[in-house]
Amino acid sequence: MVKEIVNQGVAINKTAFSYRFKRDMKKNYSLYILIIPVLAFYALFMYKPMYGVLMAFQDFEIRVGITGSDWVWFDNFKRFFADPYFKRNIINTVKISVTSIVFGFPTPIIFALLVNEISKKWFMRTVQTITYLPHFISLVVICGMIRTFVGSDGIITSIVNFFSANPVDESLLNNAKAFVPIFVASDIWQSFGWNSIIYLAALSAVDEQLYEAAIIDGAGRIRQTISVTIPSILPTITIMFILRLGSILSVGYEKIILLTNAFNAESSEILSYYIYKKGLISADYGLATAAGLFNSIINFAFVAAANSISKKVSDIALW
Amino acid sequence: MKRKSFSRLLFEIFNAIFMSVLMLITLYPLLYVIFASMSDANELLKHGGKLLYKPLEFTLAAYKLAFKDNSIVTGYKNTSIILVIGVPISMYLSAVGAYFLSRKDVMFKKIITKLIMFTMFFSGGLIPFYLTVRDLKMIDSLWSLILPTAINTYNMIILRTAFEGLPPGLEESARMDGAGHMTVLFKIIIPLSKATLAVIALYYGVGVWNSWFNASIFLQRGNAKWPLQLVLRQILIQNDTASMTAGTDLGDMERVAESIKYAVIVIATMPVLCIYPFIQKYFTKGVMIGAVKG
Repeated sequence: MVKEIVNQGVAINKTAFSYRFKRDMKKNYSLYILIIPVLAFYALFMYKPMYGVLMAFQDFEIRVGITGSDWVWFDNFKRFFADPYFKRNIINTVKISVTSIVFGFPTPIIFALLVNEISKKWFMRTVQTITYLPHFISLVVICGMIRTFVGSDGIITSIVNFFSANPVDESLLNNAKAFVPIFVASDIWQSFGWNSIIYLAALSAVDEQLYEAAIIDGAGRIRQTISVTIPSILPTITIMFILRLGSILSVGYEKIILLTNAFNAESSEILSYYIYKKGLISADYGLATAAGLFNSIINFAFVAAANSISKKVSDIALW
Repeated sequence: MKRKSFSRLLFEIFNAIFMSVLMLITLYPLLYVIFASMSDANELLKHGGKLLYKPLEFTLAAYKLAFKDNSIVTGYKNTSIILVIGVPISMYLSAVGAYFLSRKDVMFKKIITKLIMFTMFFSGGLIPFYLTVRDLKMIDSLWSLILPTAINTYNMIILRTAFEGLPPGLEESARMDGAGHMTVLFKIIIPLSKATLAVIALYYGVGVWNSWFNASIFLQRGNAKWPLQLVLRQILIQNDTASMTAGTDLGDMERVAESIKYAVIVIATMPVLCIYPFIQKYFTKGVMIGAVKG
């Protein structure tokens, strides 16, 4: 009798870690073997660089690596914040970001609403096929086209000159004031179609009965758009907007590298480009890593803030 | 058929016109490049920056010059090698990873999922990434363009969502028959998800085709291994057409260089433009799957 109770005690203890571990290994060992290369990828190319972030606190020397380099703690950060261009780089980053949010965010939404109103299926498909196309053209080619079009003899330069009081005879890229408009406008040209897909998907999911009810209530087309269509896609708009705000300081360096020159540096040099230049061109690894860590932390903070706001507002969250 | 009101008709007409203008704005820059690439260099210069409606004095001279040195051909070759080796590796790793993430009763799934998702929001940054690849002795090897970017976490999540959406019945009955993870993944899940896998393969393919930055920092010795986009950057952004215009009069060089650039853009974009209309709907599908679970 006593023995039985003890046995039951052992049997009930199925929640013990070692028991669950053994059972899991027996059942899923082949799964763990399968994902070894996946884990190796993340360890090697994602987490090892995170360990490399320690360089930000070192006077890093490439010959001796992280274990051999001297620790200077926050010196790199001090140098980074004291850089005469620090403020300019941040302002330029925010300027490009905010401009592309203001002009680039509403464009695909308005476009999707208008596409949704097209009644001929074939015309709708044609519009979609053509406007998605630029998304697939490589950035190098896009920037090559921008450079030729806004060059001294370029087609965009001549259009601008036609409307301008004082025509120029050099590339518009040499004008620092024109850089942000060129950067953002080309971005919108390349992506408004593609970015509209998600809104079109939301629009096609709107319940037809809502429209029928609105019509019975005597709502015209405009009324239907305001009272049915827009509220239905508002959750999508909200989450996209919050996500976009989360990436406000993460303007990439690739397009900058392809468009920057000595004349527009004043408005084209942004945080990520500074990191690229300091790290890979001047080989100041410690400083560039510190700047990169600063950027990563700020980005992460923005995304996290955006995520918790989204959770409160719309119940939609990334994590 | 229901009659449309006058205001509705008016709206539809204006909308159609507006859409046509948008299509024109999207397409015209590409058409301009095509026309310019087939135009005579001198005529193009005289024409200045005015609009083109057809090639001026049709000629393919710029194309001949573009192929004069074989950097473009080499670029195509290298990009093809990366595609042929890289995309299957990416697909294998993503499918296996997505399968793992879609399991329900696996002990370490939660923590591994968290560790993988975390990398979408935080990274070591450019310099530690560069030094990691350097430490692995991948500099100047095409592997540097394949392995460090083999998995795109976002693509893997799309696959996971697709795997999770499969009807569980088939898998359960296979398990009853004693099938292990390998069998379930390769004999059931993958054959059932062919469409989504094709979308993801296309995403990876486009990614490889368009990428140039990693090549610019990892391939440091000479241009023999450069992928197409890096060759293009040399020509289009850094204005290096010397090897193509060699033998041209000095005065002509700049003019010819412009035409060559247009021709190079066409040569490098044609494959995408030609296959794009046929695969467009698959890309769209990928966005939809991704949108279901942000």
